[in-house]
Amino acid sequence: MGYLVFALAFWIAAWAVNGALVSHAFATPTGAVAARVSVPALFGLAVLVAWECTVRGLAISPILLPPPSAIAARLAVSVPVLWADFEQTFLRSVLPGYIIGCGAGFVAAILIDRSPFLQRGLLPIGNLVSALPMVGVAPIMVMWFGFDWQSKVAVVVIVTFFPMLVSAVEGLAAAGRMERDLMRTYAADWRQTMLMLRLPAAAPFIFNALKINSTLALIGAIVAEFFGTPTVGMGFRIATEVGRSNIDMVWAEIAVAAVVGSLFYGLVALTGRALTFWHPSNRGGRA
Amino acid sequence: MRAATSLLRERILPVLVVVAAILVVWHVFVVVMNAPFERDQAARAGMSPSFAEIVPRTFSQTRPVLPAPHQIAAELWDTTVNKAITSKRSLIYHASVTLSAALAGFVIGSLLGIGLAIALIHSRVLDSSLMPWVIASQTVPIIAIAPMVIVVLNAVGITGLLPKAMISAYLSFFPVAVGAVTGLRSADRLLLDMMRTYSASKAQIFWKVRWPSSLPYVFASLKIAVAAALVGAIVGELPTGAVAGLGARLLSGSYYGQTVQIWSALVMAAVVGAGLVALVGLVQSVVLRRMEGR
Repeated sequence: MGYLVFALAFWIAAWAVNGALVSHAFATPTGAVAARVSVPALFGLAVLVAWECTVRGLAISPILLPPPSAIAARLAVSVPVLWADFEQTFLRSVLPGYIIGCGAGFVAAILIDRSPFLQRGLLPIGNLVSALPMVGVAPIMVMWFGFDWQSKVAVVVIVTFFPMLVSAVEGLAAAGRMERDLMRTYAADWRQTMLMLRLPAAAPFIFNALKINSTLALIGAIVAEFFGTPTVGMGFRIATEVGRSNIDMVWAEIAVAAVVGSLFYGLVALTGRALTFWHPSNRGGRA
Repeated sequence: MRAATSLLRERILPVLVVVAAILVVWHVFVVVMNAPFERDQAARAGMSPSFAEIVPRTFSQTRPVLPAPHQIAAELWDTTVNKAITSKRSLIYHASVTLSAALAGFVIGSLLGIGLAIALIHSRVLDSSLMPWVIASQTVPIIAIAPMVIVVLNAVGITGLLPKAMISAYLSFFPVAVGAVTGLRSADRLLLDMMRTYSASKAQIFWKVRWPSSLPYVFASLKIAVAAALVGAIVGELPTGAVAGLGARLLSGSYYGQTVQIWSALVMAAVVGAGLVALVGLVQSVVLRRMEGR
């Protein structure tokens, strides 16, 4: 009972502090930034405290919902296993597949760029395929390429190819008519126009696809592992530990997947922002 | 008449040509990928058939590495038209199991997402506490929790449609919440100020300005959400073993090497997915057109 009262008190206190932080007008920009970061952080902490205290206070079985402290303890003692899973799923499956899939989509977009006929034929199909449950190809890839990382790479390639193709084609069409005419008056050839005008103009679209694909790639690899793996990998670990009722290990793996997913996304987003600093979406808004 | 022929030449013809090219490449791959098995079989029987003898056989294997399109079409026809809908072998039965879970989850998730968005735009504290987490959660492979949700809910005694629907709801919740917040914020400042000069209540501002101006954003994210809900329902069928649904068809097909069954389940999933997105798109165009008319 004490736990529940404490959780409620902590929640109300955190809410009050956040309310004060949000409505307070900060004199310095650093203060405002600190407040913007600490408000969600405090909220996250309040959720964790509420979770921990509710599980303890109501004596919920750890097989249903383990408390965060148990998950953290499990995370700390199983670093080698988690690292091996990370290596198998992320370094061996997601990264190569992501690079091959995005690269192939990009190259395909450049190739069909010269043919309006192919563009009109491929774009509707690409758009359709992008909306389909593509992870369904996982069992076929596992059958073709075996249980190990090769089949996961294949799934990731298929999942990331079409979003990149569609975005890159759209991006290559983004350069304005006037600028293209200007390049023509300079007697620029196709390669020069591409490098100096059209690829930079397409960069925001391409990075958008790269960001979407970073999430899709991880999902593709994890789901593909549900269909068969060697005895290592994030998806494999989640599926088997669920079967063995080690729910704290499942949560630890999910925590790792969440951190990996957001870091991957963040890295791609930061690179994109650094390379397309000139684009209005990266310039406006924030002082 | 002229518009019709140009539509035919500009839009439909390129797509048809590309589809035809894909089919040709597919048939070539059928021969290339299925031939080793036939050679192997023939070698065991002590024969050495010519290439021309092998080719027709590659199109009619029972468990081909890559089934030919006509085999998939035959399987689809057989499992949809020739089977009673209630039969466990009917693909329509399995598709309807998955579809009902996906739709239930989509409705729950979208309503919750829109509800959260409305709460977020009216509470600054909630907005700055929760919104960063909602955005961050989009970068996380949420699907990883699917097996746990299914098994834990099974342990509590909740089985059947609801656990799968919850995964679908969870997957469709976040895109809708983000899209709805963006949309509700996109209302024209001038219109909002004007409503204030009319001393309109919060509810009136919401229904007459914010909600209508958010609809294009909401519909864009509803399309993403409905596709995500279908993926959620399919993945949600994997951990319980192959009971029913398109995910179960994929799983049992991969257990028993029934490639034709996998491919036909995949085609069915594609049809259902495209249908759902098209349906949301249809509702979108009808609603937005009627709004313009006002």
